[in-house]
Amino acid sequence: MSYHLNFAAVWRNFGRLGWGLALSLELAAIGIAAGVIIGLALALFAQGRGRVVRTLIAAYVEFIRNVPLLLLVYLVFYGIPSVGGFAYSATTSFVVTLSIYAGAYLVEVFRAGLDAIPRGLIDAGRAIGLTPWQRMAYVQTPTMLRIVLPSLSNAFISLFKDTAIASVIAVPELTYGANWISTNTFRIIEVYAVVTPMYLVTGWTLLLLLRQVERRYALRRA
Amino acid sequence: MMVMVKALPFLWQGLLVTLQISAIVVTIALGLGLLFGTALTYAPRWVAWPVRAYSDIARGLPLITLIFFVYYAMPALKVNVSGWWAAVAALAAFETAHVAEVTRGALQSIHPGQTEAGRAIGLTFVQRMLYVIFPQALRRFLPPWINTVVDTVKGSALVSLVGIVDLMLAVQQVIGRTFQPLPLYVLGAAIYFIINYTLSQLSRRLEARFAYVRE
Repeated sequence: MSYHLNFAAVWRNFGRLGWGLALSLELAAIGIAAGVIIGLALALFAQGRGRVVRTLIAAYVEFIRNVPLLLLVYLVFYGIPSVGGFAYSATTSFVVTLSIYAGAYLVEVFRAGLDAIPRGLIDAGRAIGLTPWQRMAYVQTPTMLRIVLPSLSNAFISLFKDTAIASVIAVPELTYGANWISTNTFRIIEVYAVVTPMYLVTGWTLLLLLRQVERRYALRRA
Repeated sequence: MMVMVKALPFLWQGLLVTLQISAIVVTIALGLGLLFGTALTYAPRWVAWPVRAYSDIARGLPLITLIFFVYYAMPALKVNVSGWWAAVAALAAFETAHVAEVTRGALQSIHPGQTEAGRAIGLTFVQRMLYVIFPQALRRFLPPWINTVVDTVKGSALVSLVGIVDLMLAVQQVIGRTFQPLPLYVLGAAIYFIINYTLSQLSRRLEARFAYVRE
């Protein structure tokens, strides 16, 4: 093999990768935060509602889960402004898409979590005279969050990987940085030899940290 | 509305490519994934460890990064492979790791007593797998496996980024000529939705069907 490795081009442009990774993490963090808000709101709202509300929420969930994220990103970035007569930055567009995407996955997670709350806990809340709102705020939501904590950390890591799709609309995250360097310097092997460990180490570090949090706070389903 | 109808024959060609790529990837991932999953569960450490490393790396990277890497790095490494196969190989490597984990989960859900009983009546490893473990693990395997098929169809949209005219790129090309992004993206989404929703429902139905079994 006559290929000579030369990492100089990668190190010279390392800022693009470093800041790209930071932006990836930022996007994932905003995505999970917005997703939790959407998911929590819809899951709590759907409780004990009629068929219409449940069907609408199911339609949202099923649509998002069965369409490629790439297509959703294009749809929001190119499709909607073309008829709306307005525009937004690529980053804003991606954050919105990722939040809607995360919301659809988390509604299901929270719904399952609410179902897993022991019946007696809610009855106990009723017995000591908590109003429905108080039961939701002090009994159901905190318990449910502790039950679904492992699913939440998996969702966060999964979203971190999904941020790579933002590169297709030129959001300068890690994969975009990798593409930029490889098209401008042709040092493809070297770029990916650096980017691959960046993704893996970040992902595994997040996993380890979140497992620690889970060990402290998660409730095991009996 | 007219643009959607007129685009259909062209999108049909793209859809065929999407389905073809998905079918090839699902077949490769099923074969290798079953093998790797069995290795993860039963093989000695020196076999299981490399498989574990492969699985963790393939699942730890974004699929899009994996596809770009395989697609661009193969020529740089002087490996002569078409762009089509590079993209299919990347997708297959990703899905194989997921199928391997699904297989491992299904196999580990079988009570060790089943293996011990098989061993006690003198079944070889292959016989135990074929007649005792796999038939019982099947119900734990099928629903999540169908979910990996859905992920494959969705993931195959990413091959459009390396110039393969699948459904996603066909949609993009029609938009390039008609300048009507919204109706065409919605149409593309609808086609993906129909395929994947059917599969998801099948998975859910099977899960409900097998739910009566309690260990």
